[in-house]
Amino acid sequence: MTVATFEASAPFHIPRWLAPFVVLSFAYIAVPFIGTNYLFEAILLPFLALSLAGVGLNILTGYAGQVSLGSAAFLAVGAFAAYNFNLRIEGLPLIGSIILSGFVAAAIGIVFGLPSLRLKGFYLAVSTLAAQFFVQWALTKFSWFSNDSASGVIDAPSLSIAGIAFNGAVGRYIFSLTIVSLLTFFAYRLVSSQTGRNFIAVRDNETAARIIGVPVLKTKLIAFAISSFIIGVAGVLWAFTYLRTVEPAGFNLDRSFQILFIIILGGLASIRGAFFGAALLVVSPLILSRLGSFLFGDLFNSGVLDMSQRIVLGALIILFLILEPDGLVSLWDRIRKRSVARLNKRKHVGRAAQPTQ
Amino acid sequence: MNSMNRVLGGPATAYFPADIAAERQGLGEPVKPLSAAQDTALGLDGISLSFGGVVALDNIDLAVRRGEIRAIIGPNGAGKSSLINIISGVYRPDRGRITIGADRFTSVPTQKLARLGIARTFQNLALFKGLSVIDNVISGRAYKVRSTFLAQVLGLSGSRREEADARGRAARILEFLNLNHVSNRLAGTLPYGLQKRVELARALVAEPAILLLDEPMAGMTASEKAEMAEFILAANREYNTTIVLIEHDIGVVMELSDRIAVLDYGRKIADGTPEEIRADQGVIDAYLGVAAENIDGGGI
Amino acid sequence: MSGFDWQFFVEVLIGGLLSGVMYSLVAIGFVLIYKTSGVLNFAQGAMLLFAALTFVSLVERGVPFALALIITFAVMVVIGIAIERVVLRPLTNRSPMTLFMATLGLSYILEGAAQLIWGTQVHGLDLGIDDVPFEVGGVLISQFDLFAAAIAAALVLFLSVFFRYTRVGLAFRAVADDQFAALAVGLRLPRIWATVWAVAGLVALVAGLLWGARLGVQFSLSLVVLKALPVLVLGGFDSIPGAIVGGLLIGATEKLAEVYIGEYFGGGTESWFAYVVALAFLLIRPSGIFGQKLVERV
Ligand SMILES: Nc1ncnc2c1ncn2[C@@H]1O[C@H](COP(=O)(O)OP(=O)(O)OP(=O)(O)O)[C@@H](O)[C@H]1O
Ligand SMILES: [Mg+2]
Repeated sequence: MTVATFEASAPFHIPRWLAPFVVLSFAYIAVPFIGTNYLFEAILLPFLALSLAGVGLNILTGYAGQVSLGSAAFLAVGAFAAYNFNLRIEGLPLIGSIILSGFVAAAIGIVFGLPSLRLKGFYLAVSTLAAQFFVQWALTKFSWFSNDSASGVIDAPSLSIAGIAFNGAVGRYIFSLTIVSLLTFFAYRLVSSQTGRNFIAVRDNETAARIIGVPVLKTKLIAFAISSFIIGVAGVLWAFTYLRTVEPAGFNLDRSFQILFIIILGGLASIRGAFFGAALLVVSPLILSRLGSFLFGDLFNSGVLDMSQRIVLGALIILFLILEPDGLVSLWDRIRKRSVARLNKRKHVGRAAQPTQ
Repeated sequence: MNSMNRVLGGPATAYFPADIAAERQGLGEPVKPLSAAQDTALGLDGISLSFGGVVALDNIDLAVRRGEIRAIIGPNGAGKSSLINIISGVYRPDRGRITIGADRFTSVPTQKLARLGIARTFQNLALFKGLSVIDNVISGRAYKVRSTFLAQVLGLSGSRREEADARGRAARILEFLNLNHVSNRLAGTLPYGLQKRVELARALVAEPAILLLDEPMAGMTASEKAEMAEFILAANREYNTTIVLIEHDIGVVMELSDRIAVLDYGRKIADGTPEEIRADQGVIDAYLGVAAENIDGGGI
Repeated sequence: MSGFDWQFFVEVLIGGLLSGVMYSLVAIGFVLIYKTSGVLNFAQGAMLLFAALTFVSLVERGVPFALALIITFAVMVVIGIAIERVVLRPLTNRSPMTLFMATLGLSYILEGAAQLIWGTQVHGLDLGIDDVPFEVGGVLISQFDLFAAAIAAALVLFLSVFFRYTRVGLAFRAVADDQFAALAVGLRLPRIWATVWAVAGLVALVAGLLWGARLGVQFSLSLVVLKALPVLVLGGFDSIPGAIVGGLLIGATEKLAEVYIGEYFGGGTESWFAYVVALAFLLIRPSGIFGQKLVERV
């Protein structure tokens, strides 16, 4: 009897929907109550915006294999487009501005994605820098984009949807969380669809993909468009929910690299990876600054902090590339698998120890 | 193995090329009359191609009849792969024409290849390493996809039907090729022999009229080769697929193919049935000399 | 044509060509490494910053010019070899993109370290050349630019001789042509790579000094890479002549555009103009200036 149960007992198994469900329930129900202002303002809001940007870049770079060094440009396009839609179109609801700004980012993404139809690898990566510099230049140069404010600074409008305001820290958090969740779900569906398979096919072997009838050019442009759409919306969140006041200079090359680092650290071609990477990138400087001032006291001023952050970030990148090329996600999966295996063992040992009945 | 047995009606033991030949005779092969009037599935006229100073192909004519297994052999660098690359539009010939069914091309549009009814495998593995085996095979149906990405994301019924259809076909092909036990593994993690087979699956799932195989058995063990030979033969018979086969193993080629073309330094030096090729002095001098004992020995 | 000031045009053109030489200099550092190890070394700019900062700081602390030069060179060689050992060797056989990202991380480390060690303030660097323009046939030429161009030319000459006539150089070319063949005939790749990284350190030093003298030695010096990248796209990542001609081309068009059409854009176009030139060129001629058309093997 015991033996039979032992054989038949299915191994401890986690259904796929469970993890997102638990995380989302916790994020919606528990976090607003237990979170402090600091948690929202300094950690969760930048985390959410950067995660979403990471999801967007991962579609293009992780899945479709087109390396982009110009993500910050699309963050900026999203932020400034939403600002202008909101400012200039009377009566357009906020959510409308956000969606439209995503489309603007997508359109610009397609334009800067056109070289990908002829260029590959480093040539393409370098050409995406054109987007980075051009967009930053245009936003600074033409003050129309910032409604003629000094040095292109824009302020976030009041966030309200259907009359409900989301202006407090918790409100902005819920607002951001909802948009991030929806777009992440979209991205997840996309990468597990035929189009998602096409992305990977184009990435892994473009010639073979073309031969079996994958529409390679279209697939690349779809990747550019969707990726830019998502990054554009992430830019809106960055500007409207996190910083509240942004200028073009904030969307510089370092920001683009930051998003690239998020997906390298978190895991290329993984939707979850973007969240892991963003968490690491948002939290590690905070830890570093605490640790630094604890160890070195006043010696650890902000300049030193900046520099050591750069060094640590660089070292992390190299370490991950060498030791954990599939990123935190694969580390996490290994740990989880091991603990599930241990759980199963314990369960079996427990069963086996029961007296025969 | 099951489906194979059903196809060939043979025992569950591994086939060796000699057995296959014996069986073909038993079935009354060759069933295809060698009349010139038989329609060609694929034709090359005066194809030339060079890379810088290297002449890869020099004025090649080649006709492939519907339903036959057409082998192309020749020493390394003879231009065999280049020929297949020209048929699949990867290379664009300097001169000559390619006829596929009723269409004539000066260079084949690669992105339309699948719709022209041609699928191929590659000499060097060209799987999508980051996709699972089943997803690789499903990708072989990419040319049939009509639904937009939005329909796929939203799971609209058209795209769901497409997906289910492709998945079903892929699963059947995997079973046919004895690959179902690895269907969820990442393609890049499989041993070489299995990857070659997955590539065949990805090509077969498109249900091509013409299948181009570039050294499908290279680097395989004897039993893997025998199994692969079975699959090729089965594909040819079961689906009436015309097959162009490049292979270095003369034993296998002699057993499998209906007609053989021999290339050497980019020129076609012989073309005919296995018996004719075996007896051709030029071929023996240029190529078979070394491999002759393999033929006499009945395969490797 | 009477309204056109040819003299001024030539002046702008020469100014552009001379600054183009400076771009070429940085680009050559990339090419050396790309040719041998297939790595697009984004850290070239950070190496340049590191070299310049080390040199200036030493000089400011009273170390004689020549000695400072030698010490800095030694430091750069050590860094180059360390990069090869610690970062690239564990990544052998990984995709070029992975290697590129590793050098991105490397540039963060080098930039951070340089400033952590030597501070973040801006240093002036005086190489002892007056920047008084002089006149040749009515055309004003910057003395400094000419000097920089001469140094760059000397370096290119030195490298050509080095790679043409020394054993290491021959090995380098063999490796650049075909890594597997080179390995097969028993060339010791790690030693060649170490040498190449050391040479890249030298190039970084020279470029760092010249650029540092012009812009001041400061963090933004590492952004000079961004000037070299379009040059590389134009000239090909693996061609030294490409890097030279590409640099000159971009230097010249950039200056001409700035002077003649810059006003229509409201100025400040230099951040992206080079990229657009390079892109436009590539769309017309995908294999770059010197690259021959390669057919991907299948
Ligand atoms: N993309 C290419 N670029 C340059 N040369 C090529 C290319 N493809 C093939 N060649 C050359 O063309 C000639 C024929 O090559 P091909 O690959 O067609 O030979 P093959 O008969 O398939 O040889 P193998 O049996 O070794 O596969 C060779 O000299 C080869 O080096
Ligand atoms: Mg071949």
